[in-house]
Amino acid sequence: MLRVGGHGLRARPLRVVLSALGIAIGIAAMVAVVGISTSSRAELNRLLDALGTNLLTAGPGTTLFGDAATLPDEAVAMVGRIGSVGSVSATGKLADAKVYRSDAIPEAQSGGIATLAARTDLPDVVGATVASGTWLNDATAQYPAVVLGAKAAEHLGIGAARPDLQIWLGGQWATVVGTLDPVPLAPELDLAALVGWQAGQRYLGFDGSPTTVYTRTDPDMVELVRSVLAATVNPAQPNEVEVSRPSDALAAQAAADVTFTGLLLGLGAVALLVGGIGVANTMVISVLERRAEIGLRRSLGATRGQIRLQFLAEALLLSVLGGGAGVLLGTGVTAVSASLQGWPTVVPAWVMGGGIAATVVIGALAGLYPAIRAARLAPTEALATL
Amino acid sequence: MSGRAEAIVTLRGVSRDYPGGVTALRDVDLDIDRGEMVAIVGPSGSGKSTMLNVMGTLDRPTSGEVVIDGFEVAGLSDRELSALRARRIGFVFQHFHLAPGVPALDNVADGLLYTGASLRQRRERAARALERVGLGHRLTHRPHQLSGGEQQRTAIARAVVGEPTLLLVDEPTGALDSHTGESLMRLLTDLHDAGTTIVVITHERVVAAYLPRQVSMLDGQVVADRTVVGT
Repeated sequence: MLRVGGHGLRARPLRVVLSALGIAIGIAAMVAVVGISTSSRAELNRLLDALGTNLLTAGPGTTLFGDAATLPDEAVAMVGRIGSVGSVSATGKLADAKVYRSDAIPEAQSGGIATLAARTDLPDVVGATVASGTWLNDATAQYPAVVLGAKAAEHLGIGAARPDLQIWLGGQWATVVGTLDPVPLAPELDLAALVGWQAGQRYLGFDGSPTTVYTRTDPDMVELVRSVLAATVNPAQPNEVEVSRPSDALAAQAAADVTFTGLLLGLGAVALLVGGIGVANTMVISVLERRAEIGLRRSLGATRGQIRLQFLAEALLLSVLGGGAGVLLGTGVTAVSASLQGWPTVVPAWVMGGGIAATVVIGALAGLYPAIRAARLAPTEALATL
Repeated sequence: MSGRAEAIVTLRGVSRDYPGGVTALRDVDLDIDRGEMVAIVGPSGSGKSTMLNVMGTLDRPTSGEVVIDGFEVAGLSDRELSALRARRIGFVFQHFHLAPGVPALDNVADGLLYTGASLRQRRERAARALERVGLGHRLTHRPHQLSGGEQQRTAIARAVVGEPTLLLVDEPTGALDSHTGESLMRLLTDLHDAGTTIVVITHERVVAAYLPRQVSMLDGQVVADRTVVGT
């Protein structure tokens, strides 16, 4: 019966393509939506795995009077003494040291780049990687050497660090020894110019008090450490300290995706429904056009059931063709979209299988009424030899 | 009819009415024995096509008894009727009704499609049937590549591929020129000589003249039933 159904389709290829197209688009939309969101979540999970979820940030809240608070000098050492803490580092904000590409730029156009004094162990703690040049070391931390965050480098029009590259920082020239890649867990570093702790004190009037403390803890003890971090960092004014877990933001992003996906999936289902109506339409017209063929088959000895089966098979073939094409198309779109953004391509098996299953159901439903009509046609009516 | 020959077609008091008051067949009695070749002649509207449909079980009479090849049609289900049509009855239509774009071999093989034979068997028997009608060299041609006469021959091959007991032919030469029509009638006579029971519907007296028995119809009734000896 599949052969006979196939014959019916082969005679009118253009019509087959147009009808199957509706279903293909609906399925492709659904597969692409699920595929892209799954790939995006896979990427986020991969990132979370790579970066770790055990980073805590203790930063300045506001004082009672609304100013930015600072932390006591011993904060870093104090945090280091908490049992489950693995590593600690810190940055200190240098509010008065503005950064310019050169000394010729008007003072007002500082480009929103913050100047921070940073400890040499900072990249390990926050998971930062160097894009060009090097990070500060014990030597360069004492001299006017600066490392730029990814966005800061972009704003200053600097592509890569060079030994002769200098910028105007805090009223003097500083050499750009390196640039960083974007830091997902500490995005505030992206738009920052980072100098050494001692360099800050020597050249830029840094008072040595940290503004933000970063710490990596034992993964099982994160919440516990989180609860005591504020008090450890600033025992006198714990409510002036804001403690956050940066990986929470990434995880929240992954969760938000799910709701959005559901919405788009709904739209895809509507497209699928329309595609199914297209198939039904094609089948109804097909039956009307082929009355003579139906009559002939009845005269050759086809039962009503066989006629019904033939047209049902045609409708199913049409839908499954569309469904298969849709899955391929949707997977292709996901692959292109994911690789353009550097994500892994993940299309869950359930959406592909579900897509095909949906087309089988749609095909059966769309073809049922036309098939029944075809079977009920009286042979004499069909042949109209009268 | 002579002797105790086996009846292939028996119609008793068969009537066929249509809603709206049209009566296509009016109380018809007819017997056709195995091995006969009969023409059913009459003007259009005389009921001859309805007669063909009733004989071929494509249509059920409103009243009366129909027995085809020993089977009482009224008592048969749709499946049984379909089986009857698949194995024991062959049809040839005025407008051929071949599947477009399909080679002649497969068109003829379709004649056995509903008998349960395998694809290979169907094709083998189809090839033999096409040779029988003189189209052995045209197996792969599609209908549009065949002349009208060749298309009708293909249709005949399809009708006889299953070696039916009864061959029903509706206006076989209606769509053909007279020369082609003549060769077609000769083919049918050959098939008859080989033993097939053939019933031909026609409105042309010339065609009817080929056939030994002529049943004339008018207004749904049989008005004459002549057998010409020695045709």
